[in-house]
Amino acid sequence: MNKKTVLILACPVMLLLMSLKTAFMPMKAQLPLTDSLKRPAKFGFGRPATAQEIAAWDIDVRPDGKGLPAGQGDVKKGRVLYAQKCAMCHGVDGIEKPGVKLPGNALVGDTSATSKPKTIGNYWPYATTLFDYMRRAMPYNMPGSLSNDEVYSITAYLLNANKIIKADVVLDAKNLYKVVMPAKKLFIMDDRKGGPEIK
Amino acid sequence: MEKSGNKDQKVATGKISRRTLLGGVIAAAVLPVQSLFADEKLAENSILPEIADDPTKTVGPGPSPVGKRSPFEQSVRKPSDISSRTPLQDLHSTITPADLHFERHHAGIPTIDPAKHELLIHGLVENPMKFTLADIKRFPSVTRTCFIECAGNFRTGKAEMTPQDILGLTSQSEWTGVMLSTIFNEVGISDKAKWFLAEGSDAAIMTRTIPIAKAWDDAMIVYAQNGEAIRPEQGYPMRLLLPGFEGNMNIKWLRRIELSEEPYMTREETSKYTYPVKDKIRMFSFELDARSIITYPSYPQKVNKGWVEIRGIAWSGRGKVEKVEVSTDAGKTWQLANLQEPVLSKAHTYFRYLWDWKGEATEILSRVTDETGYLQPTLAQLAEARGVNLGGYHMNPITAWQIKNDGTVLFKPETIK
Ligand code: HEC
Repeated sequence: MNKKTVLILACPVMLLLMSLKTAFMPMKAQLPLTDSLKRPAKFGFGRPATAQEIAAWDIDVRPDGKGLPAGQGDVKKGRVLYAQKCAMCHGVDGIEKPGVKLPGNALVGDTSATSKPKTIGNYWPYATTLFDYMRRAMPYNMPGSLSNDEVYSITAYLLNANKIIKADVVLDAKNLYKVVMPAKKLFIMDDRKGGPEIK
Repeated sequence: MEKSGNKDQKVATGKISRRTLLGGVIAAAVLPVQSLFADEKLAENSILPEIADDPTKTVGPGPSPVGKRSPFEQSVRKPSDISSRTPLQDLHSTITPADLHFERHHAGIPTIDPAKHELLIHGLVENPMKFTLADIKRFPSVTRTCFIECAGNFRTGKAEMTPQDILGLTSQSEWTGVMLSTIFNEVGISDKAKWFLAEGSDAAIMTRTIPIAKAWDDAMIVYAQNGEAIRPEQGYPMRLLLPGFEGNMNIKWLRRIELSEEPYMTREETSKYTYPVKDKIRMFSFELDARSIITYPSYPQKVNKGWVEIRGIAWSGRGKVEKVEVSTDAGKTWQLANLQEPVLSKAHTYFRYLWDWKGEATEILSRVTDETGYLQPTLAQLAEARGVNLGGYHMNPITAWQIKNDGTVLFKPETIK
């Protein structure tokens, strides 16, 4: 036992006074390993976010339509935009041609469930996902450059090309989320539960 | 004192050795990938640094600000346009060196100034808040070792495949950060919140929906990897860590969390990271089921007759590894392997099994059982459960290595159709 430890054991009052200094010394009595009892209700770190800050980043769109912005678009405008901004990577008409490897995924295809490749027509369960994804990530070489009207138009064009909506539909926040996707009925939530079963 | 020390060193090192060494390192960098066990090959190679026969007769270079690997070690990731794979066959235990951690990005690696980076938390919360990196670091911190694995971590097709080729999209680090529950407590979460959206600040503005239970269980926001700031490829300056959940959900470059009563159905949880199960498509498969692989001996290594220590890693996204069994007779019989302690939950666990190889052609395999009682399946069992149109996600079949009479080791690619 070193001198300091002897002192501490002999003088409990001093132990209290020196609690900070002795925190790293070997002691018989174990301090509780968790500090959770001492945790404050709030630490007070961080700052309130302003409504403008939230609006600037809150671009997500939910399947129930929450988050769809103002604006509208149609198939005709979408076709022109697609040719200008998307065709170079996703193919002239979004269809995968045998033997041609596209830089981006095929976007248009057969809507029947088993057909390949996976496209918006046969594999996307929600139309809102299409809007959300293209607005945040496409075109790949200029992400975030499309206006809301442009995203509505390209969404209309791609849904029409996949035979999901008619050519005269004008898409906006009121009807986009109501579009029923052919693949919706195929999707199931994870039914694995852990445990011995192979699923 | 310092001065004379420097002087001594200068005198002793002289001019030549510095130069030779530098040139040597550069030359060594162009060497083809070598496995740790291919010593013979390495020795044959003549472009290694010029080295004195006796290292005790020359004073070497002095200390440096940042260390480097020995020029003899040529372990590298295997990059493609969208991912890079960890050289699992070169590792001797379960921590992946941070610069060899696998990568999977959807729009490249953003360069983020840590002084400007902020995390926004909003939606179904009492107080929408923004936290700087410095704020996040002030909260009580926690350190945890666990693996991260891409859900699309399965490749097959030919015999000349290494563990890196087959399943190199899994790595393990010691992560440090704050429990997500601590941060959620700070903003105050509404009872109505059942899910949260996590978003990255890369050019994909990557988003995934995560069940709120994970936040109260073991989710973390981490800023350190193996003791240092996390690498840009791993989400610098902060990422989400969801132990046991598929890699894509562990959002890197984390900038926003939104609490919600419903999932968002983002592209990455619908069009991607989903897979056919019979005539349906399974989505929201979060936990990675138990898996193992023998990393030694494996292709392109060779074995010699006599004692061979079979080594590998086993892990489960659902908890601890309970046991690993090894077969040296193509799956006819199985023996228990030794597990390296400590066995951590949702972590790569190193296993070893001593085998006296008599020189016969055979197959060696490993299979793990996790603490939930799940036994790693064969490819055929997976096909039976899910149908023959298996997608590329959540594949965890037993891996077999063929041992040839001459000691050559080859992967055994299997097909189900
Ligand atoms: C420079 C090439 C390029 C351009 C231009 C481009 N994309 Fe893409 N696109 C890609 C790549 C690459 C991916 C896959 C990204 C990934 O895997 O994360 C992709 C993915 C997509 C997807 C998701 C497909 C799926 O099945 O998951 C959609 C939808 C899409 N792009 C639409 C568009 C639209 C609309 C435009 C034009 C406004 C566009 N893209 C322009 C390269 C491009």
